[in-house]
Amino acid sequence: MNVSGYLNIFLALVFSPFLFGVINRTKAFFAGRHGQPIFQLYFDLGKLLRKGAVYSRTTTWIFRGGPIIGLAALLMATAIVPGGKNGAVIAFSGDVILFIYLLGLVRFFAVLAALDTGSSFEGMGASREVQFALFAEPAIFLALAVLARRTGQISLSGIYADLTFETWQIAAPVLALVAGTILIVFLAENARIPVDDPNTHLELTMIHEVMVLDHGGVDLGIILYASALKFWLLGSLFIGLVVPLRTGNAGLDAVVFLAGMTVLGIIVGAVESVMARVRLLKVPNLLLVALLLSVLALIFGMR
Amino acid sequence: MSSGIDSVLMGIILMNLWLVATSRISACIKIVAFQGILVAFLPFVAHASSVTVETSLFVLATVALKGFIFPWLLFRALREANVRREVEPFIGYPVSMVFCVFIFLISMWLGARLPMPRPVFSALVVPVSFATILIGFFIIISRTKALTQVLGYLVIENGIYVFGMALLVEQPVLVELAILLDVFVAVFVMGIAIFHISREFDHIDTHHLSQLRDWTAPKEEVRP
Amino acid sequence: MMFGLFFVPLVAGLLSFIIPWDRLRRTMLMIVAGSHLAMTACCWIVAPPTALNGWFVLDPLGVLFLGIISVLFFAAAIYGVQYLAKEKHHRQGRDEQFLFNNAPEAVFTGCLLIFLAAMTLVVMSQNFGVLWVAMEATTLVSAPLIYFHRHHRSLEATWKYLLICSVGIALALLGNLFLAVTQGPEQSSLLLADLIKNGPLLNIPWLKAAFIFLFVGYGTKMGLAPMHTWLPDAHSEAPSVVSALLSGALLNCAFVSVLRGYQACIAAGIGDFCQDIFILFGILSLFFATIFIFGQTDYKRMLAYSSIEHMGILSLGVGLSGAAVYGAMFHAVNHSLTKAGLFFIAGNILSHFRTKEVKDVRGVLRVLPRSGVLWMAGFFAITGTPPFGVFLSKFMILRAALDQGRVGLAVIFLAVLCAIFIGAARIFLPMAQGAAPEDLKNPAGKEPGFSVLPTMILLALVLVLGLYIPGGLSDLLSAAARMITDVP
Repeated sequence: MNVSGYLNIFLALVFSPFLFGVINRTKAFFAGRHGQPIFQLYFDLGKLLRKGAVYSRTTTWIFRGGPIIGLAALLMATAIVPGGKNGAVIAFSGDVILFIYLLGLVRFFAVLAALDTGSSFEGMGASREVQFALFAEPAIFLALAVLARRTGQISLSGIYADLTFETWQIAAPVLALVAGTILIVFLAENARIPVDDPNTHLELTMIHEVMVLDHGGVDLGIILYASALKFWLLGSLFIGLVVPLRTGNAGLDAVVFLAGMTVLGIIVGAVESVMARVRLLKVPNLLLVALLLSVLALIFGMR
Repeated sequence: MSSGIDSVLMGIILMNLWLVATSRISACIKIVAFQGILVAFLPFVAHASSVTVETSLFVLATVALKGFIFPWLLFRALREANVRREVEPFIGYPVSMVFCVFIFLISMWLGARLPMPRPVFSALVVPVSFATILIGFFIIISRTKALTQVLGYLVIENGIYVFGMALLVEQPVLVELAILLDVFVAVFVMGIAIFHISREFDHIDTHHLSQLRDWTAPKEEVRP
Repeated sequence: MMFGLFFVPLVAGLLSFIIPWDRLRRTMLMIVAGSHLAMTACCWIVAPPTALNGWFVLDPLGVLFLGIISVLFFAAAIYGVQYLAKEKHHRQGRDEQFLFNNAPEAVFTGCLLIFLAAMTLVVMSQNFGVLWVAMEATTLVSAPLIYFHRHHRSLEATWKYLLICSVGIALALLGNLFLAVTQGPEQSSLLLADLIKNGPLLNIPWLKAAFIFLFVGYGTKMGLAPMHTWLPDAHSEAPSVVSALLSGALLNCAFVSVLRGYQACIAAGIGDFCQDIFILFGILSLFFATIFIFGQTDYKRMLAYSSIEHMGILSLGVGLSGAAVYGAMFHAVNHSLTKAGLFFIAGNILSHFRTKEVKDVRGVLRVLPRSGVLWMAGFFAITGTPPFGVFLSKFMILRAALDQGRVGLAVIFLAVLCAIFIGAARIFLPMAQGAAPEDLKNPAGKEPGFSVLPTMILLALVLVLGLYIPGGLSDLLSAAARMITDVP
C-alpha cells in the first residue's frame, strides 16, 4: 500500500485552495492592505456548492459537462503527479504523456463549454486559450522530456524521485533552464500575471476568466476548485524540481513539499505585485521564450 | 563536466537570446556589458587553481573595459545621437530568437566535429564561442542602427574572448593589453562616427547609408 | 634601425597633432617620409638584426613590402603637401551644390604618419598577436583619413570601412587563437618561427580552420571578393592621396598578413589546401572586378575595382605556387607603384573637374596636358600592356599556370584580363580625349609640378621594371618567393 501516494492526494485535495489564500495575502501585504481571510476560497466554495445553477436555453450538455469532466481529469492527474519526493499512487512508464494529455483534456472541454454559450466574449477567450496552449504544450513537453533524459526515467514519480542535489551539481544549467520553462508555463496555464490577470474586470483582456463568465453556482465552484488543483499540480512539478531536498521519511518529505508549495504561493503573489501584465500580443513571445529555453536545455542535455 | 563553468557558458548564450529579443537600445547596451563581464570572469571559473597576478590584472582590465567603459562610450553616443531608442530590426524578435537557437544547434554540431587537441574543462567552450560569434554577425546584419551594429561587433569580440579566455592561451600580457586597447579604440572611433552620422543625417539608421553603390540609375542633372 | 622605422613616424605623427604651424608640419611630413625611405634602403642593403626575441624580423618578405610602403609613402608625401595646400579651403562638389569642410590638417597629417608606423609594424612583426594589433591599428588610423572631406558620402564610406574591416579582423583574431591551439597541450606560442619549427606536429584540422579564419579576416582587409564591399566606397570617397596609400600599401600589408599564416601552413604540410583557397578567391576577385569595371560610372571606383582585380592576381599567383610566386611578388611591386600613380592623377582630375562621374570628364589631355598623358600611360601600365612591368609580372603568372598544365585556369585568367582591358579602355580613353565640357570654369588648368611629379617617378619606375629588373631587386624577390613557395 503506497501510503505516501495517498498522502499526496490528500494534500492536493485539501491544501490546493489554501495556496490561493496565500497568494491573496501576499498581494495584500505588498499593497499595504489587510486582505481577505486566508481560507477565503474555502468559504467561497462552500457558498457556491450550496447554490443552484442557471443555464441559458442555448447551451447543451457540453456546457454542463465541461466543468465536471475538467475536475475529473484533474482528479485523475492528482493520482499520477508526485508531491516532491513522495511518489504518486499510480506510476507507470509514460505517465508523463498521460499527464500532459489530461491537462489537454481539461482545456479542450473548457474551450468547448465556452464556445457552447455562443457568447462572443467567451469565444474570444477560448481562442486565446488555445493559441497560447499551442506554445505552452510543446514547452512543457520538451521540459519533461529533458528531465526524463537526464534521469533516465519516463514516469513522473521516477523522474522526481531521481532529482537530487547530485543531479543539480552535475547538470545545474540544464535543470535551471527546465525550471525556467516550467515556471513560465505554470504561470501561463494558471492564468496568472504576467500572462493573464485573475483580478481584471475588463473582459476584453481576460483569457481564462472570460471563458467561465456564464458558469454559476455549483459549476463555478467546481471550476474554481479545479483551477486550484491545476495550480497545485503544475506547481508541484516546479517545486519538485527546484527543492531537491530528500529526507527519506515520507512525513518529513511531505512537510518540506508543503512548505515549498507555500513559498511558491508567496512567490506568485510577489510576482503579481511587482510585475505588470504583458500585452496580449506579446504573450506568444513569452511562451516562445519558454519553448526555446527547453530547446536549449535539450541541446545541452544531448551531449 | 563541471557545473559552474557550464552555468557561466549557458549564461552567455542566454544573454545572446535576451539581446536579440530586446527592443530598447539602452537595455541592449547593458546586456552586452553584462555579457562582457561574464566572459571576462571565465578564467577565474575555469582555472581557479592557477590564477596568477597577471591573469587577475588582465581580467580586471577586461571587466573595466567591457563592463564599464564601453557602455559609457555607447551611452554617450546614444545620448548625443538623440534618436529613437528602439532597435527596429529587419527581422522580428521572435524569429530572431528562434534563429539564434538554431545557430546554437549548428555550433554544437561544429564543435563536435572539431575536437580540441588539448584537454578542455568543458566541451561547451567551442560551441558557445562559435554561437556567440555567429549571433554577433546576425545582429550586425539584421539590425539597422549604427549603434546596434557596434553592439554586434562587441558580441563577436565576446565570442572570441570565450575561446581565448577559456583556453587561457599563453600570450604575453602586453599583447593581450594591446588587443584590448585596439578594441577600445575601435569602439571609441565608432562612437565618434555614430555622432557624425547622427549629425549629418539626423538618424543613425544604416539602411539610409546606401548612396555608394555601383550602377546607380543615371541621376537627373540639375544644372543652374 | 627597426625601432627607428616604427618610432620616427609614430612620434612625428603624435607631434603633428600639437604643432600649430601648417608649414612646419608639412616639412616634417616630408622629412619623415624621406628618412623612412632612407632607413628602408639601409635595411635592404644590410639586414638588421632581429629584435625582441625574434618578435620583429625584417625577412626578405618584410623588406620587399616595407620597400613598397616606403616608396609609396614618399610619393604620397610629395603629392600630399601640395594637395593639403590646395585643399585648405572649402570645397564644393559639382553634383551637389553645397560646401563641405575638411578635417583639420593636423589630424590628417598625424593620422597619415601613424598609419605609416602601423603599416611598418605589420610587415616587421613575426608574432601573430602583434601582427593583429598592427593590422587593426591601420584600420582605426586610416578611418579619419577617409573621412577627411566632411561629406555625408565619405562618412558612409568610413562607417562601412570601419565596421566591415573591424569585424573581418576580429575573425583573424579567432584565427590567431586557433593557431595557438594547434600546437597541442604544452605550448601555445604565436611566434611564426616556433610555428614553422613545430610545423609537422601541428594539429591539421585546427590549422586548416585557423588558416581559413586568417584568410577571411585579413582577406577582408585585402579586398578579396566577396569580402571586398568596403573597398570601392572607401577608395572612391577618400582623398586621392589616401586612396593611393590604401590601394598600394594597405592592401599589401593585409596580403603579407595572409602570407604569414600561409608560411605556417606550408611548414605543416598543408600548402596545397591553402593554395586551393588562394586560387578560388583569386578567381572570384577577378570575376567580381570584371563585372563591376564594366559599366562603372565613377572613375575612382573603377580604380578601386582594378585594385580588387590585382589583389586577385596576387592571390592567384601565390595559389599557383612554383614560379608564379615570384611573379606575384613582382606584381605586388608593379601594381602598387602604378595604382598609386593613377590615384594621384585621379586626384588632379577630380580637383579640376569637380566630379567623379566618368561622363562629365572629357578632354583631360587638352585641359590638363601632363596629367592626361600620365593618365593614358597609367592606363596602359595597369592593364598590362607590354613595355610596363605589370605586363611582365602578369606574364610570369600566366606562364607558370601553363607550365603546370592548368590550361583552364590560364584561359580564364587571360579572358578576364582582356575583358578588363576593354572595360577600362571604355573609361580611360573617353576621359582623356575629346573636348572639355563647356561648363568647366577654367578650361586651361594649372598643374603644379608636385602634383604630377610623383606619378611621373612611379610610372617611370614601372617602365624600367618592365625592361630590366635590377639584380638586387631580383634577389630580394626570389628570396621572398622562396619563403612562401611550397617546395620541399
